[in-house]
Amino acid sequence: MIIEHSRIVRVQGDIIAVPATDIAYGELATVKSRRGTSLAQVIRLRGEEVFLQVFAGSRGISTGDTVRFLGHPMQVAFGDALLGRIFNGSGEPIDKGPNLHALPRISIGGPSVNPVRRVIPRGFIETRVPMVDVFNPLVESQKLPIFSAAGEPYNDLLARIGMRANADVVILGGIGLKHDEYLKFRIAFEQAGVLSRTIMFVHTASDPVVERLLVPDMALAVAEQFGVQGKRVLVLLTDMTSFADAMKEIAISMDQVPSNLGYPGSLYSDLASRYEKAVDFDGAGSITILAVTSMPGDDVTHPVPDNTGYITEGQFYLRNGVIEPFGSLSRLKQLVIGKVTRGDHGYIMNSMIRLFARSREVEQKLAMGFDKTSEDERYLKYGRLFYDRFMDLRVDLGINDALDLGWKTLAECFRPDEVEIKQEFIDQYWPA
Amino acid sequence: MNSPTHGRIVAVNGPLVTCEVDEGREVLQNEVAYVMIGDVRLKSEVIRIRGRQIDLQVFENTTGLKVGDSAEFSGELLAATLGPGMLGMIYDGLQNPLAELENDQKFFLRRGQYLPSLDQTRLWDFEPMVQVGTQVRAGQYLGKVTEGLFPHPIMAPLVLLGTWEVEEIKPAGKYTVNDTVAILKSTDSQAQEKVNVMLKQEWPVKRPMRVYEERLLPDTQLLTQCRLIDIFFPLAEGGTSCIPGPFGAGKTVLQQIISRYAETDVVIIVACGERAGEVVETIREFPLLEDPKTGKSLMDRTVIICNTSSMPVAAREASIYTGITLGEYYRQLGLKVLLLADSTSRWAQALRETSARMEEIPGEEAFPAYLESRIAAVYERAGKVRLNTGETGSLTLIGTVSPAGGNFEEPVTQNTLKVVGAFYGLSRTRSDQRRYPAIDPMISWSLYIEQMQESLNTRHENWVELVQKAHNTIFRGDEVRQMMLVVGEEGMGLDDLVVYLKSEIIDAVCLQQDSFDKVDQATSRQRQISDFMLLMEMTDHSFVFESKDQAKAQMTRLQNLFFQLKYCPFEGDDYRRYRSEIESILNGKGVSHP
Ligand SMILES: Nc1ncnc2c1ncn2[C@@H]1O[C@H](COP(=O)(O)OP(=O)(O)OP(=O)(O)O)[C@@H](O)[C@H]1O
Ligand SMILES: [Mg+2]
Repeated sequence: MIIEHSRIVRVQGDIIAVPATDIAYGELATVKSRRGTSLAQVIRLRGEEVFLQVFAGSRGISTGDTVRFLGHPMQVAFGDALLGRIFNGSGEPIDKGPNLHALPRISIGGPSVNPVRRVIPRGFIETRVPMVDVFNPLVESQKLPIFSAAGEPYNDLLARIGMRANADVVILGGIGLKHDEYLKFRIAFEQAGVLSRTIMFVHTASDPVVERLLVPDMALAVAEQFGVQGKRVLVLLTDMTSFADAMKEIAISMDQVPSNLGYPGSLYSDLASRYEKAVDFDGAGSITILAVTSMPGDDVTHPVPDNTGYITEGQFYLRNGVIEPFGSLSRLKQLVIGKVTRGDHGYIMNSMIRLFARSREVEQKLAMGFDKTSEDERYLKYGRLFYDRFMDLRVDLGINDALDLGWKTLAECFRPDEVEIKQEFIDQYWPA
Repeated sequence: MNSPTHGRIVAVNGPLVTCEVDEGREVLQNEVAYVMIGDVRLKSEVIRIRGRQIDLQVFENTTGLKVGDSAEFSGELLAATLGPGMLGMIYDGLQNPLAELENDQKFFLRRGQYLPSLDQTRLWDFEPMVQVGTQVRAGQYLGKVTEGLFPHPIMAPLVLLGTWEVEEIKPAGKYTVNDTVAILKSTDSQAQEKVNVMLKQEWPVKRPMRVYEERLLPDTQLLTQCRLIDIFFPLAEGGTSCIPGPFGAGKTVLQQIISRYAETDVVIIVACGERAGEVVETIREFPLLEDPKTGKSLMDRTVIICNTSSMPVAAREASIYTGITLGEYYRQLGLKVLLLADSTSRWAQALRETSARMEEIPGEEAFPAYLESRIAAVYERAGKVRLNTGETGSLTLIGTVSPAGGNFEEPVTQNTLKVVGAFYGLSRTRSDQRRYPAIDPMISWSLYIEQMQESLNTRHENWVELVQKAHNTIFRGDEVRQMMLVVGEEGMGLDDLVVYLKSEIIDAVCLQQDSFDKVDQATSRQRQISDFMLLMEMTDHSFVFESKDQAKAQMTRLQNLFFQLKYCPFEGDDYRRYRSEIESILNGKGVSHP
């Protein structure tokens, strides 16, 4: 049953209120104004007053405009026909492909997976980026953000991993994405020949802010269905800080008391309900989420990266064009290191990082004008080799080659008793 | 009895739903109510009463709810069901058994689906322990069943007040949790009241279970097998501690390892608003791991309460109370119980979200003003007690805290530090350096050292003093390190450098413990003593070095020997070999040159 109402009694931020009865919490509506038609969602019921967030924003809305309640929450089309297609932030196709009216529709923001229906992930996703594979391997079903300052090549890194990881389906959710960046993704996927297993939901920087809120939910609802059908899905979301900012706008329009820098107290739960869609189903497929979280002011304690870090299973810091070895972390690494990968992997990883930390200390010490000892020299050399052979994002190396190179690098700089590695591995791998 | 109270929904604001009841109807604070969407009943709890307007926090997603829909009040407080059969279970925050929640959606939870917490059909072998006519009080044992590892006493209901007399007691035999095994009658002749005792009973989760003779001072160490904790910041049975730390510093890994190796009878894990994946590891691995003490599966001593971050927020608030209530129950059975809550900040945030929706006046960082008292009330429920039966039981609580921005000056950390007995502060610097567990020895503390002195000194005479000495070496080593940053190594005296190198050895081989190494992940009490005494020999040793380079080279070699030692199984051949090599160095033979 569709009900029309035409008395908008309140407009505040991107929230409108209309008097109406028999309306369900979470229900979808359309608002027709001079600017066109926008989707809106019920976010509060109070007596006979219904509050809606208007996805295209409230600009140009007048008290005489009509609100049509659709009788169901937000839905998105689902089926194999989605593969290769491109949609905008409200789920409309923007490529020139055929319409998808015949497809079944699924609700977005569905319930959580029962934890007992999940399994411990064991799939190693080889990216051939040594800073990822050796030091912080990506594991199937992981949720992992790239923390990045403005101007870093985060979308390149995202695209690169998206193309190399051999997922069955890749879903890109662009949130406030610059149009050029969107084109770059499309071209990169096209050239890599993966477009036919890719689905894009693209909200660009020039689209209405509130529309950003739908993108992760649509992308993840579609991912979830493919996952249930047994597909291994990789979801790329960029940029989740834009998503959080849209949430902030809504919260402020609703007069919510902010907890930190204007963000609502529910920011953690709001982000978590999206990231937690990453899953390895017991007896079906999986969803892996790789997201970009830009850090305003390059500050990791900013509420968005901070809350994200508490939700995701690690993070990659992108700084000065490289993945920082400190602070970057894959929390699921222990599930694959030495189990799926070689037995020496864990020891090489720890030892190399520890020694690199020392080499940074030496650098700092020398920068302060202290004398250089012969030992310092070795650490400096190690630091340089580490950067060139491992950190440089251009390096393209399989995991075993990278491990071998690790042993070689250690041996070029240190004695076996300086590296704190179990004797049995030294015996086996230390280059003669 | 009155007919149940009904209400009509007048407002929906996310999980906060307001309904109106008829004038004069009785409604209880924290009473359970059900909100109806068609024929789906969503469980909720009364959290505010203003005249006829009742605010409910709904434990489920409220999408689809309309103004005018109805609510039914149960007249009962939110309660946990307690009895045999909880060990090994995986519950959600409202004590629904997750593994039993089968539905047509297979992988997903469905709202409004609730199941009994205990197996309704399983038969338990009951043996009576009292006769007709025995006078009993709440919590006294009337009989017992055997549940896996230990006898599980069946108690006179914990909610009883005063003295009661056993009017009837069932003979030994097989009973379900719902069968009556005894009937008690009040000794108050006026009351003439009777109660049926079943194997199961209920307890309102938000009320502390104060059914004991007295609280005792926690004066016995609870062994966690984590060296940093057991040696430097020991925890007491019945004590409390918190683990604050920035994201990724190792709170969860530390709790997971404690949940495996802590020497207690029962472990309750409350996964509160954190990642589902972390619980999955526990769920999948515990059944396969053997409890060294009992030889049975670890799952047999564990209960998991799991309300992960994407599950409804209101149920997250309840989950901590559900966990504590289960813990208190096992304590009533005379057991040592350990409760691990990860993370109490998520619980506090759930309070904040609800408070914001109720438009209460916010305090610091928008947390409600009652945050402090709520935190205190939670930790106060831990403790060691002498029960009415004369036995002792303890409930130890370790909660993680996830401070915004990793800054401990925030309300949840600060209010928690006021009430706990031990503080394990994780530092970003240590975790970045992969010095795990990243408990910072410079800021952490345990108030239990003093009251456990006697028990600690049974490890070795002067144990407490020796530990203090090692701790001082760590402090001095850190001073030297900081000085070195300013004046450089060449500006340091040889003696200072040696102190630094010694502190680095203590750090590397005692403080740092690899949770993912089979040998290193847990250190028995005996090994802790033995390895620590060797380390103290090193600390006390006055090395004679000719130059700083020689000092560094030789101490590095010594560090490597200690390092190899800690990865060798205790008292095995390799262990003995490395140990005697270290001893021969310390006995003055000098560091051998290769
Ligand atoms: N004792 C340890 N030994 C080895 N590695 C560890 C140890 N503790 C933590 N780690 C590493 O650090 C990672 C993060 O640890 P953990 O998940 O416990 O952090 P956390 O403090 O619980 O973070 P959050 O607040 O985000 O939940 C682990 O995945 C692991 O790689
Ligand atoms: Mg954690």
